[in-house]
Amino acid sequence: MANHSNWAPGTFFHLHEEDPVEEYENFKLGMWIFLATEVLLFGGLFAVYFVMKWRYPDLFLAGAAQLNALLGTGNTLVLLCSSFTMALAVDAAQRGQQKKLVWNLVLTLAFGTVFLIIKFFEWKAKIGHGWFPGLNLDIFFSIYFMTTGLHLLHVLVGMSFIGLLLYRAVVHKRYHEENFGGVEIGGLYWHLVDVIWIFLFPLLYLI
Amino acid sequence: MSSTETQEYSPYLQPGGFKNWFFTVDHKRIGLMYLYAILFFFIIAGVCGLIVKAELLAPGMQFVDYHGYNVFFTLHGTIMVFLFIVPGIPATLGNFLLPLMIGAKDVAFPRLNLLSFWIYVLGAFVVILSLIGPWDEAWLDTGWTFYTPYSIDSSTGVIPVTLGAFILGFSSVLTGLNFVVTIHRMRAPGMTWHRMPLFVWSLYSASLIQILATPVVGITLLLLIMERLFGIGFFSPELGGDPIMFENFFWFYSHPVVYIMILPAMGVVAEILPVFSKKAIFGYRAIAYSSIAIALVSFFVWGHHLFVSGMSYWSRWIFSLLTFAVAIPTAIKVFNWIATLYKGSVKMDSPMLYACGFIFLFSIAGLTGIPLATLATDVHFHDTYFVVAHFHYTMQGGTVVALVGGLHFWWPKMYGRMYNELIAKVGFWLLFLGFNATFMPMFILGYWGMPRRYADYMAEFADLHFASSLGAMVNGIAYIVILGNLVYAAFKGRAAGKNPYNSLSLEWSIPSPPPLTNFDEIPTVTTWTYGYGEENT
Repeated sequence: MANHSNWAPGTFFHLHEEDPVEEYENFKLGMWIFLATEVLLFGGLFAVYFVMKWRYPDLFLAGAAQLNALLGTGNTLVLLCSSFTMALAVDAAQRGQQKKLVWNLVLTLAFGTVFLIIKFFEWKAKIGHGWFPGLNLDIFFSIYFMTTGLHLLHVLVGMSFIGLLLYRAVVHKRYHEENFGGVEIGGLYWHLVDVIWIFLFPLLYLI
Repeated sequence: MSSTETQEYSPYLQPGGFKNWFFTVDHKRIGLMYLYAILFFFIIAGVCGLIVKAELLAPGMQFVDYHGYNVFFTLHGTIMVFLFIVPGIPATLGNFLLPLMIGAKDVAFPRLNLLSFWIYVLGAFVVILSLIGPWDEAWLDTGWTFYTPYSIDSSTGVIPVTLGAFILGFSSVLTGLNFVVTIHRMRAPGMTWHRMPLFVWSLYSASLIQILATPVVGITLLLLIMERLFGIGFFSPELGGDPIMFENFFWFYSHPVVYIMILPAMGVVAEILPVFSKKAIFGYRAIAYSSIAIALVSFFVWGHHLFVSGMSYWSRWIFSLLTFAVAIPTAIKVFNWIATLYKGSVKMDSPMLYACGFIFLFSIAGLTGIPLATLATDVHFHDTYFVVAHFHYTMQGGTVVALVGGLHFWWPKMYGRMYNELIAKVGFWLLFLGFNATFMPMFILGYWGMPRRYADYMAEFADLHFASSLGAMVNGIAYIVILGNLVYAAFKGRAAGKNPYNSLSLEWSIPSPPPLTNFDEIPTVTTWTYGYGEENT
């Protein structure tokens, strides 16, 4: 807790406390609305994808053939597993099972890291072929880098979120039966990151 | 009403000091900081607009060259849209009033509210960065719409401005999100949806648009930046992309955004009218639901900006029809406002003048939108002064007039002091005359075929251009009178008391200026806000 003595009431570090139940409901609604904005953000990119795929079907077939569907499948499985452990973490928080909560958060972070590593090798291979933004890039690979790049950014944000939850769970023992909102809201965000990938994967790799 | 029983009354304006303001989470202070910020940019953008108008006083080039002309109309549009009118009423009056009107101590996420203001400051700073560099190379000249492919090729500061607009989008989304959660979750006991003031309904509708439309312009501007940095080719024809796709994306946000601008203005008017006609608002539910209806329809009309850019026959037909559909909820509002005045004891104080001025000017704006939504006539009017005049009637004649009227109306609540009524009325009439003198001739010029964004014009257009430019100067002077009066009142005006207009709304039931925590005790609401003339008024 920050030291309040230097701050007048109603400033950032000296905030009146809300009733935790109210706060939980507020944050949950807020996060759902935020997820809607994320869907629309990616919605724009998906619209570009469909417009361009409709215009250049052959280019997209050729591009998809260049992608490594095995790595893509692997990443899909990794993210699905991470969503599962995240759901377990939320459940553990609601039941007040500290150990289970911490381990499931750690596992979620680990799956996220595996995703990043696989993505790194995938991008490295593509860039090794000379397909890099700014250099003789065709529309398919532009979309590939834009969508996976923006998604990657969201994975990083989600992992930071989970890292914060982990820190609070370990250091402050903050989450228990009466206060599990943070974990639940972090979970909501992480599931969305997963869901976006579930759409990206078939669009880019399979069709 | 007993304000001193539980704690000492101290207005939210105290204590002062940079630290206590810049780090405040109080919605009232954040609203005021937003107000100062957007008025600052309003003045800058207004001066840019006046430079444009000064250049157009006579044919030929007088004050700036062609590039300079492009720069100034771009600065005028960009700053007005992204830094002034989009945050506009929601971030200022909305922030200040929303918790007061629904009987809450603050918004749902006070810290997020402050973050949204900081992001606004950051975004504004990034936009200003575009001004660093040589005048003829760095200063943006694309117009506020950043149409591709020119915005990809232009040597000017497209990236800082679009990046700034992208950042400002976050601020807008966070404010909208905060408001929606606040309205859903923070209403006082008894404050049901159908007892809420109509200003709150309009904020709710505008917030929905902010939440749903802004991410799309975010991704669009991001793609434009990527296009310039890496040549990803989505919008460049030579790389296989499609510049028309940019227009579609851009207007998918930028058409709904005009309703972010106008809906809260309509809410302000709906608050002012019943107070000064001492009569309950007519057709409460019709006005409330029409706000939501406008928000919904607004997402399906963007195509009318592309009627001449390349669009299939059937798309044009459908977009035209949907655009006409906007007229229905809008007209419902106008008729209900007028019905509110009918047989009321109307008192033409300055806020009421602004509200009535809004109805008049906004009706012109709405009616001139119809020829623009009509396919055959739009081919003629597209990209002429007619369009410019039309949207200035909505933006200035609508939103700005309502904002200024709202500022007059709630100034005594914000600062506890009253402005000079006579000067306020003079200010209104100067604004009304100056504004009409500026933009009425532009309807005619547009009808004659004068294209927008041209630095020079033919001799036969000279007289009306001259009249329009003179009107713009009067328009500018009007704002000096209005703002001078308000600023003077904030320091030296006579004390206003807690409810100078005998309004029944919750924000007038507490002292002026309100204490930091708004209500000593969360009020219990038993009736709707508009019970004028019904019982204990």
